[in-house]
Amino acid sequence: MSASDLLNNGPAVIGVGLQGFIDDLHAQGHNASAIDWRPPASKDPIVLAAAEALSSSGTALLIDNANQQAIGRMHTADPVLVNVQRAADVIDGLGDHKILHAGPPIEWQRMCGPMQGAICGAIVLEGWAKNLSAAEKLAAGGKVEFEPNHHHSAVGPMTGMTTQSMPMMVVENKTFGNKSYCAVNEGLGKVMRFGGNDDSVLDRLRWIESTLGPLLAETLLAREGIGLKNIIARGLSMGDEMHQRNVACTSLIMRELAPTMARVADPETAHEVLQFIASNDQFFLNIAMAMGKAIMDPVRDIGGSSIVTAMSRNGTDFGIRVSGCGDEWFTAPVEMPRGLYFPGFSEKDANPDMGDSTIVETIGLGGFAMAASPAVAGFVGAGGAADAVGYTNTMAEITHSRNPEWTIPALDFAGVPSGIDIRKVVNSGITPTINTGIAHREPGIGQVGAGVVNAPLACFEKACIALSERLSSS
Amino acid sequence: MTEIINEVRKGFYLDSVALMRLSAEISGLEGIDEAVLMIGTPSNLQIMQDAGVLTSTGEAASPNDLIIALRAEGKASANRALAHANKSLEGGALKSTASAARARTLRSGHATHSDANLALISTPGSYAAREARVALELGLNVMIFSDNVSLEQEIALKSQAKQNNLLVMGPDCGTAYINGVPLAFANALNPLPASNKKTTTAVIAASGTGLQEFAVLLNRLGGELKHGIGVGGRDLSDAVGGISTLAAIDLLANDDSIDQIVLISKPPGPATAAQVFDKLASCGKPVITCVFGQSQNTIKGLRQTATLRDAAELASGESLGRTDTTNQAKQLISTLTGSRSKLKGLYTGGTLCTESQLLLKSAGLKTASNAPAPGSLSLENSSDAEHQILDLGADEYTVGRPHPMIEPQVRVSPFEEALNDSTVAVILLDVVLGYGAHDNPAQPVVDTMNSLATTNNDRPIVIASVCGTDSDPQGLQQQRAALIEGGIILCDCNSAAAELAAAIINQLP
Repeated sequence: MSASDLLNNGPAVIGVGLQGFIDDLHAQGHNASAIDWRPPASKDPIVLAAAEALSSSGTALLIDNANQQAIGRMHTADPVLVNVQRAADVIDGLGDHKILHAGPPIEWQRMCGPMQGAICGAIVLEGWAKNLSAAEKLAAGGKVEFEPNHHHSAVGPMTGMTTQSMPMMVVENKTFGNKSYCAVNEGLGKVMRFGGNDDSVLDRLRWIESTLGPLLAETLLAREGIGLKNIIARGLSMGDEMHQRNVACTSLIMRELAPTMARVADPETAHEVLQFIASNDQFFLNIAMAMGKAIMDPVRDIGGSSIVTAMSRNGTDFGIRVSGCGDEWFTAPVEMPRGLYFPGFSEKDANPDMGDSTIVETIGLGGFAMAASPAVAGFVGAGGAADAVGYTNTMAEITHSRNPEWTIPALDFAGVPSGIDIRKVVNSGITPTINTGIAHREPGIGQVGAGVVNAPLACFEKACIALSERLSSS
Repeated sequence: MTEIINEVRKGFYLDSVALMRLSAEISGLEGIDEAVLMIGTPSNLQIMQDAGVLTSTGEAASPNDLIIALRAEGKASANRALAHANKSLEGGALKSTASAARARTLRSGHATHSDANLALISTPGSYAAREARVALELGLNVMIFSDNVSLEQEIALKSQAKQNNLLVMGPDCGTAYINGVPLAFANALNPLPASNKKTTTAVIAASGTGLQEFAVLLNRLGGELKHGIGVGGRDLSDAVGGISTLAAIDLLANDDSIDQIVLISKPPGPATAAQVFDKLASCGKPVITCVFGQSQNTIKGLRQTATLRDAAELASGESLGRTDTTNQAKQLISTLTGSRSKLKGLYTGGTLCTESQLLLKSAGLKTASNAPAPGSLSLENSSDAEHQILDLGADEYTVGRPHPMIEPQVRVSPFEEALNDSTVAVILLDVVLGYGAHDNPAQPVVDTMNSLATTNNDRPIVIASVCGTDSDPQGLQQQRAALIEGGIILCDCNSAAAELAAAIINQLP
């Protein structure tokens, strides 16, 4: 709208700041609207200068082009659940005394209780120690190597344990040919991903390894995999957001699996496996996570792009990766989830935020797709459908665009917000909203509630500074 | 005494999240230790068992049933909570709070209002340039109401706008009229009778009370104001080079609906003056200037005026009329007691403060100000010999508090001080109405006078003018009436008030 349009047509105003000026215009019947402006959350002049530099015209153009490419790769991804394979067979270098965990890198001493508990359980599961106390000695004595799942095309929920013998679900991004891995969801209650490590936990994992994994693999291979994009699209219209709520997608995947499984398995094993999936509303979560990783990996390392390629927490630190900064992690202390607790538990039992599952928010699901899942909005407290819509629309403030295929009926089929832009996060002070389960702070107890948590602003601030330095030195 | 109570609702299903919310709600009721609402699946029964809230009643529930379990202090509390739970279950447990999500950033605001053509930015100054740049990138014209935008930022923004054929008004642009629509601090102009419309005027002004006073007077004289473009106080400096002023001249020259152009400003920088005045002289439309402190008849091809009143009269071809100030001054002096000699100006409007200083100077008075006009001394260099004319809206008075046009209370204490000063003969005030301004600016003035009148009739003469119209939210007539009732001598406009004040000082015995 050129200046002469302004004079000829009269003002159509967007107010940024004082609401009164806009109210005055409304009172006179003029065209005006106000945004809910707030000062940037960051007060650090270095951060503000970096954000400013990334938004300056020349640099912004370069970044916009890179982001366009990033979004193109996200939206053309074709993730297919193709197989279930033993971790050691698909992840290079995963052998004895090596454990992959959720979140950015962390050493044993700084790990939270549930993470240490899960590691002890995993050590016993792999037979590197006879019991949990021996396992703890082994881990604390530096005899076990720890690395993030994210460094090996893998992801894992909550503690995110990945060891050599675990069956991994394999999602292949057919467009780019890359594969990603995630272990099988163990169900609710006392489970390793929440730090559970007693015999019942380990027995279930052994059954997954011996029975569920192989049958799932056989089923998938017999039908050339299951395309996931459409399942997500339908799940969104059935009330899932794929982080807190996976009941629709779990049912949809059952529908895909069951007919083939009936053909390839003996009835008793098929019954056992289908029964296990049917009794776990969150079964699909781990598939959605592997899918998220498969979608985001080709987006890594696009020079200049300010799009977030991973968000992840290890229970101590929250870390993000940004396309234009390659595989560098930008970390800050994790925050405490706010939410609802199972009977007998309260926030004083809660462990800080944990898990690789934030990969689903990274691709526009979970907290970003709250409008598809008003029931989940309840986790914030008094939220209802209107609040759910508010969450999704607020997340659209910090993303590049919306996903044209993953739409939300309640938003008149607007897509989920897609491609988190660190510039927008820092400039607006709006941080990603994440739907999450809450683990007990002591190892071995498991899930005690569920709620929402925000990614710490500091991660995005650090990333802005780093990206700005990379761009000014290149 | 602690009671554990279970109730089972057969065949009742509710989403587990809704149930968790309801559980939390009921747990918060008085006398309730814990409330658990769950569907009776085996795993849920186990959880309730572990939490110690399951009784044999609950144990009998099936996966199709809802269990309400309570641990309560006494039966009465438990029954109240049960009733509450059942009522919520009947009514639907999900309460939605209607929260219309408003856009938080200019980009998303623009996405939903793509017909917008102007961003009105009134954030704290340190954020204003950033928002303005985003607005320009979105193709929006910008009005920056905010102050404290650096000169470098102003130059960068205006250069960016120029490249894209956009207009930046401000920074520190308090007032604008676009196509007759008043923006920010602006007066609501009275509608003109159709027959009355002769000449359509557009103004370019540094902006603020200068534009307001001109608009109000032109409206009173029956002239039509279409555009009032505020360019900001620094635009005509040589550093900025009049980027917005020059753009505005081009726009108005090409606007067929505009018959004449008025420029209201401080003297431009020498290099910029030549450019701006040449462009005005050759723009093809009659131009009136009111350049404060510029000697008369020095700009070739332009009609120069010294006051906003003169500019409005020239623009409308009508006259406001003049009162006999000499006589009025004589009468007022007769009410003074003691040996009073000083004039004190307490202004909320910056341009009005400037205009008064210049008028007083031309009447032979020596003035000093915190915002000195040409010929006035700064306060630091002043002595008892000068009359103080203060701009209470200047930065030094507004740090950490609102502008006196928004909060006229700011003027009360210096006003009180002046009223009690036995050397002060005349106090000169402005009262500015319009959108954005305080809803009753006359009130604190009158209240201060009243609080004094009861104890002391020996006080200075208080002269004021009201910058406003009958259409303003505060109402010109109501404000005038209140001021007159309070014993204030009212003049028709600021220059008339300054002239009367000068006449009094000059005729003092």
